[in-house]
Amino acid sequence: MEAHTAAGISLSGLSKTFRGPNGPVHAVRDVDVEIEHGETVALLGPNGAGKSTTIDMMLGLLPPDAGTVSLFRCDPHEAIAAGSVGAMLQTGELIRDLSVRELIAMISSLYPAPFTVDHVLEITGLGDVADQRTQKLSGGQTQRVRFAIALAPNPQLLVLDEPTVAMDVEGRQAFWSSMRGLTDGGTTIVFATHYMEEADANADRAILMAHGRIVADGPTTEIKGMVGSRTIRATLPGASVDELRTLPGVASADRHGEAVILNCDDSDAAIRALLQRYPAARDIEISGAGLEQAFLQLTSEPEEVAA
Amino acid sequence: MSGAGLTYTRFELRRTVRNRRFFILSLAFPVVLYFLIAGPNHDVNDFANTGISAPLYYMVGLISFGTMSAILSSGARIATERGAGWNRQLRITPLTPRAYFRAKIVTAYLMAGLTILVLYICGATLGVSLPLARWLAMTALILIALIPFAALGIAMGHLLTTDSVGPALGGSVGLLAFLGGTWFPITGGVLHGIAQALPSYWLVQASHVALGGTVWGVTGWLVVAAWTIVLSAFAIWAYQRDTKRV
Repeated sequence: MEAHTAAGISLSGLSKTFRGPNGPVHAVRDVDVEIEHGETVALLGPNGAGKSTTIDMMLGLLPPDAGTVSLFRCDPHEAIAAGSVGAMLQTGELIRDLSVRELIAMISSLYPAPFTVDHVLEITGLGDVADQRTQKLSGGQTQRVRFAIALAPNPQLLVLDEPTVAMDVEGRQAFWSSMRGLTDGGTTIVFATHYMEEADANADRAILMAHGRIVADGPTTEIKGMVGSRTIRATLPGASVDELRTLPGVASADRHGEAVILNCDDSDAAIRALLQRYPAARDIEISGAGLEQAFLQLTSEPEEVAA
Repeated sequence: MSGAGLTYTRFELRRTVRNRRFFILSLAFPVVLYFLIAGPNHDVNDFANTGISAPLYYMVGLISFGTMSAILSSGARIATERGAGWNRQLRITPLTPRAYFRAKIVTAYLMAGLTILVLYICGATLGVSLPLARWLAMTALILIALIPFAALGIAMGHLLTTDSVGPALGGSVGLLAFLGGTWFPITGGVLHGIAQALPSYWLVQASHVALGGTVWGVTGWLVVAAWTIVLSAFAIWAYQRDTKRV
């Protein structure tokens, strides 16, 4: 697809409230997102952040209370009927009594321009189990078949709701390496995850959600830059947090028992100053702030109870 | 698009036939019941002064019972697939509701058709023989009488959970078969009035074509048509209600 002729994905003013036992739960609040064709975007957030609800509305599985969804200038139902969307939902089992190959063929038959079944089997690494019945597969293999079903349509938009949640580390790595091969084709990919490293390694852009709102949206590198770039941890009894905070390069300081944690915007300056001022400091660790750190910082603002 | 829907139906049929336990049990129950009931009476040629042989009488009875439960069992399969989240997956494909219903109905009719065929064969082994015209009239009428049940099965599949669909289907089949006069004729009184308003009564009447009964009169066609309309609307409502939910 030509990246500039097809408008991408647009979520505008999306909101959804559920009735809960303790009053209304604002699952998604006024979410605005524009995704260009060909982008790979991670939807990041802890459980209950509103990722799945957002995805369900994006796919037309759930009607929004307010706001609109546009997928390539169509509403979700039109885009799905046109065969532009492939999706892997967070939960779901496979129907039984078909082989992996047959199940993929069954789903492919519903789309106008699917990949060949052999191609799908190859890129998802399912060749070895192609002729096995779906009910005989392991958990990891089942996840892969679910991914194959999402991919088989050769979709313009591929939506994956926590695709690796049931996989072991090895399976997760294999999954993402097979995904990377796809992005050359100009497919727009939106995936939800609560693994920060997945977003960091596999997305161009991360959208952080918490309590149903978007709290940050930008290139993953930018998200990391939104908090101190390095953290220094050291065992240092007796040093006052207020004093530590005044060290050059330190943005904030914290104490947990004998341990101190310094969030630094210039960790080189900070470590020199720390050792000069406190030669007794030991067990020193300097670590880069991953998305995990950015995430905690950005989503830790207190909110009214959502559930 | 319709070609795509047909491939989908073909795989649905393949799945049904491959589900050995479901497939064999669905067909085996009517057969076992038939031989248990009709076997010992295989030489009774004038069953209860009807002038009809016992093997024929029980064959048609079990055909109405067996086809009804075969066609309603699509509900159990739908409930299981919904429970597995498969219907949500289907909603994000271009599969149309029409193609979805077609696949389910064709599958249900496959099971009903096989039930009829197997029971015909069983009947033949006990000496049942009928003129060809009567076989055909009976079969055609039974297939028509099953339409409301196909709709009911789909509706129940979309309304009930995996846990509740079993008892609900078993209860429905038992009650409808009893009130429809599958096991013994319902004659006279309020019960007969109720029976005549039920689709299962006319299913039984359809099978009784083999016993020399007449093809439905106007009442029969009207009752079956009315139930077809009502239960189809019910099935569509159940499907839509189900697909709106999270």
